[in-house]
Amino acid sequence: MIQALVFYMFAAIAVAGGVMVISARNPVHSVLFLILVFFNAAGLFLLLGAEFLAMVLVVVYVGAVAVLFLFVVMMLDINFLRFREGFLQYLPTGALVGLVLLVELALVFGTWTFAPDAASVSAAPAPDVAAVSNTEALGRLIYTDYFYLFQAAGMVLLVAMVGAILLTLRSRPGVRKQDIARQLARRKEDTLEVRKVPSGGGI
Amino acid sequence: MDALLREYLPILIFLAIAVAIAAIAVGASWIVARQRPDSEKTSAYECGFDAFDDARSKFEVRFYLVAILFIIFDLEVAFLFPWAVTLGQIGMFGFWSMMVFLAILTIGFVYEWRKGALEWE
Repeated sequence: MIQALVFYMFAAIAVAGGVMVISARNPVHSVLFLILVFFNAAGLFLLLGAEFLAMVLVVVYVGAVAVLFLFVVMMLDINFLRFREGFLQYLPTGALVGLVLLVELALVFGTWTFAPDAASVSAAPAPDVAAVSNTEALGRLIYTDYFYLFQAAGMVLLVAMVGAILLTLRSRPGVRKQDIARQLARRKEDTLEVRKVPSGGGI
Repeated sequence: MDALLREYLPILIFLAIAVAIAAIAVGASWIVARQRPDSEKTSAYECGFDAFDDARSKFEVRFYLVAILFIIFDLEVAFLFPWAVTLGQIGMFGFWSMMVFLAILTIGFVYEWRKGALEWE
């Protein structure tokens, strides 16, 4: 009973938030609504018993991806007044793109067939939720059965890291930096010199 | 399943209380306080003079780099949790599988360190 009510609450807020994401005037508000959708999706995962996914959704998507979206929105320096100017002008093009996507989706779903061994795969013994926690069930599979996919995920993360550094890192010339190794390597003899100065003579 | 959800009931109650308090705080000030806005009251207050510029200015791209690097290591840590929970069951293969994964990401970390992406300037 409570479960059903909570499900409908999460689902309704998620759908309403999704509508607000695309209809909010201010892109920053859109991102904030997106965060609301993420939270509600995490709630839906929780209702399904997928604890780990729910927590990762909150940690990774809300904690990191949404922040990244905010940065992108703020980096673009959008003029909000001019943002909606060409709305009607671009409406036919946008509607056409949407229609093409809709037709493609309809074609995909129209010719949908299940692979012959799909039923046996989905009937693979999933441990009981009461006996084995969600995180544990995942841990039993990821690191051994799905070894190659797991390592591929590591490679993808490595490529993402290198790519982000290559694309956005540029060193600015003329910035003074503290170089501690150089500071420590300096010796008194290199920099200080004691001279006897005769009075009235100067150096 | 029900036992699992029952553990989350306090969080649900907490959520309801938080929503209620927030709604009451905003709603009560909306209803009780007198609303009579004018252009002086609603304009941005900047020490008496007119605002020079929009508050929304361009960000440095460096923040973006830091955020991306944070996401990557965030995901790495997310992979560590199920591994830590099941370490006793997945054996040496599972252990070394994670070590290889960490080694791959350490290569990226060393690259990032040597490139100076962690330094702010």
